[in-house]
Amino acid sequence: MLGRFFVFLMLFMGAMLGLVLADDLIALFVFWELTSLASYLLVGFQSEKPAARRAALQALLVTGTGGLALLAGLILAAIAGGSWRLSELVSAGEAIRSHALYLPATTLIVLGCFTKSAQWPFHSWLPGAMQAPTPVSAYLHSATMVKAGVYLLARLDPAFGGTTAWTTTLLVIGGVTMLAGLLLALLETDLKLVLAWTTVSALGALVFLIGPATEESAQAAMAFLLTHALYKGALFMAAGNVDHEAGTRDLRDLSGLIRAMPITFAATAVSSASMAGFPLSLGWVSKAITKAAAIEAGGFAPVAVVTFATLLLVAIAGVVAIEPFLGRRSEAAREAHEAPPSMLFGPLALASLSLLFGLFPDLVSDAVLTPAASAVAAFPVAVEAKVVKPFDWTLALTLVAFAAGAGLYVLWQRRAQRWRDRLEPLVSRGPDRGYDHALAGLGRLASWQTRVLQPGLLHRYTAATFGVIVLATTTALFRGDLRLAFPLDGVRLIELAVTALTAAAAIVAAIATTRLLAVTALGMVGIGVALIFMLFGAPDLAITQFMVETLVVVLLALVLVRLPGFRLSASADRPRALHAAIAGATGLLVMALLLGVLAEPFDAKLSEWFARASVPEAFGHNIVNVILVDFRALDTLGEIVVVFAAALAGLAAIAARAARRGEA
Amino acid sequence: MSSLILRAGTRILAPLMLMFSVFLLWRGHNLPGGGFIGGLVAASAIALQGIAFGPDAIRRTLVVPPAAVAGAGVLIAAVASLPAALAGLPFFTGLWLKLDLGGGAVLPLSTPLLFDVGVYLTVIGSACALIAALEEEPSLEDTRERG
Repeated sequence: MLGRFFVFLMLFMGAMLGLVLADDLIALFVFWELTSLASYLLVGFQSEKPAARRAALQALLVTGTGGLALLAGLILAAIAGGSWRLSELVSAGEAIRSHALYLPATTLIVLGCFTKSAQWPFHSWLPGAMQAPTPVSAYLHSATMVKAGVYLLARLDPAFGGTTAWTTTLLVIGGVTMLAGLLLALLETDLKLVLAWTTVSALGALVFLIGPATEESAQAAMAFLLTHALYKGALFMAAGNVDHEAGTRDLRDLSGLIRAMPITFAATAVSSASMAGFPLSLGWVSKAITKAAAIEAGGFAPVAVVTFATLLLVAIAGVVAIEPFLGRRSEAAREAHEAPPSMLFGPLALASLSLLFGLFPDLVSDAVLTPAASAVAAFPVAVEAKVVKPFDWTLALTLVAFAAGAGLYVLWQRRAQRWRDRLEPLVSRGPDRGYDHALAGLGRLASWQTRVLQPGLLHRYTAATFGVIVLATTTALFRGDLRLAFPLDGVRLIELAVTALTAAAAIVAAIATTRLLAVTALGMVGIGVALIFMLFGAPDLAITQFMVETLVVVLLALVLVRLPGFRLSASADRPRALHAAIAGATGLLVMALLLGVLAEPFDAKLSEWFARASVPEAFGHNIVNVILVDFRALDTLGEIVVVFAAALAGLAAIAARAARRGEA
Repeated sequence: MSSLILRAGTRILAPLMLMFSVFLLWRGHNLPGGGFIGGLVAASAIALQGIAFGPDAIRRTLVVPPAAVAGAGVLIAAVASLPAALAGLPFFTGLWLKLDLGGGAVLPLSTPLLFDVGVYLTVIGSACALIAALEEEPSLEDTRERG
């Protein structure tokens, strides 16, 4: 069990590493899809739970559909930019933005990135993916895989960014996702789902920050990326500890855990402070850079969104850090113990880093943030991270947001249940329900088209096949100029006799009222065709035709004695007039085609070559056989594989009938 | 379906047809015949036995299950491509080995012949597999008796 888990996790690690290292667009796409597949396996790891299976499928379908859009978008981008290399596309921004394919390519790529990074309205798979074991949630669904879309948007920023369409889309969708995620987080009762919604919100924030494609926004996005990775990983693992030691993640049952789990509480508190952006944490530093970028992006709206997000994050930090740990000791807290050291190391290490980098931001600003921001902006960018700031109106705004957030948390403690009850009908009609409807609709569409296209009635298949052949070929014939030839000289009497006999047999087969008569007449038609082969000097074909007709009669006889009703019914379920029309049209079409072929000059190049080469190259006088087993042996191999496969399919069909009979 | 005349006739006809089928296979490279036609003739012979003596006769004649015969045929045909591939020649190049039997008689063996044997077996196996399986299906008279 654990072995399987690590195989999937390693598979994911490899794919994710490939995704961020790939320079080739197709390689990037392949790794992109591999991360989706690994995520499917990991979300559905506890496959005995129906909820886990549903969540895994939902994640795969949403990100997989987006992946297809991304592939199309990447191809268009490669056409527009003239290169399949990401590094070359980045410097071909001018050409891409003025290309006619810019808008379709942008739409498709952005769609792919939005599904992968759980942007509204595709976000609902991410909270569902919390069915996965906690390390997976911390690793895939907060730190790495869901950042793939953000990563690609950031990488393509220099090539695609700067236009109104790009900036508006990213700002609006990112902003909506950021705020909606935070509001929904406040309505959750499950600690892990609260974190999942803040992840959705953080992804929205990253998209929001990438949107303007300026120097400041690149700095802010990269600073926030690092901050979020550090605090969210620690919080997820701490939530896992709580779940493991207290036996529940439900916020309504958790309080007063601080005495039992002081170390977990310390890690949670520091990380939550970083999430809220309190001073002395990395969150404080990145918040300052974000504020600067929001002001630079222009105007009131971005600043208002960022401030409002700060307010909500402060309240959520209270929900995550204060609610389970402080207050009166609950039932669950009495039983709880501190987690073992192996489970404490992860959250503590990440929380310490949040604190350390918060106090000494120079440790990361030059080594990590500057190169990252320069890569996003495609020109050198210096990230200046400061702990101490002069007091101005932005700082005042931040302090107001802190105070309001604290107030909101106090309000949440009293009113949360009422909010949940009141908003329940609204929330339950969200995109998650839409996904269910879409999936059910897809199922209905599939069964409808299967009923129409696969009725299981041979005469419908045959009618459809020949109907399409007639329509398509006739259309093609009339588009060119059709010349027909009627070479009637040199016709022998015996040819006419055989032809008349064959035609008569065909008519009898068509109007026969019993199966035996129909089979006999059909055999007659085959014999007639064989005779024609004989008359025109093709003994191999003629013998084959004779033998095939013999075996067909044997097989049909075997089938016939097992069919009910000896008489052919002329009942209403078979539209005989339509069938007659299709059959007649097919016959006329084939005749027209053959007469048309005769009107063209005969090119004897191939047949002359075979006649010449047969003996010296293949030591055989029978050209037909030499072609079959030597010159075109690969074709023959394919044909006998088809014969073999047909026999196996027939055997399976007969065995299935026998099995059904056995049951009955 | 089974009659004395059919059974007596089959005892004579089926071996003759089988021999004829091998003859067709063997001479196919120079005269009308070949693996496909030979296979069809052999399948007819075995089907005749099946009609006269029942599906078990088909299995007894072939010794191994019919589907296995077909599979072996495909395998042999594929193996016939290996000598050329090992010799570094284009895929399915015909290679010939002319054994001198002494007294001016030459026995020509070749990869095309091996390939044709594969075709022969595939056709026999596939046709016989279906015929045997169909014969084992209960006919309407059987069901009526049971019902």
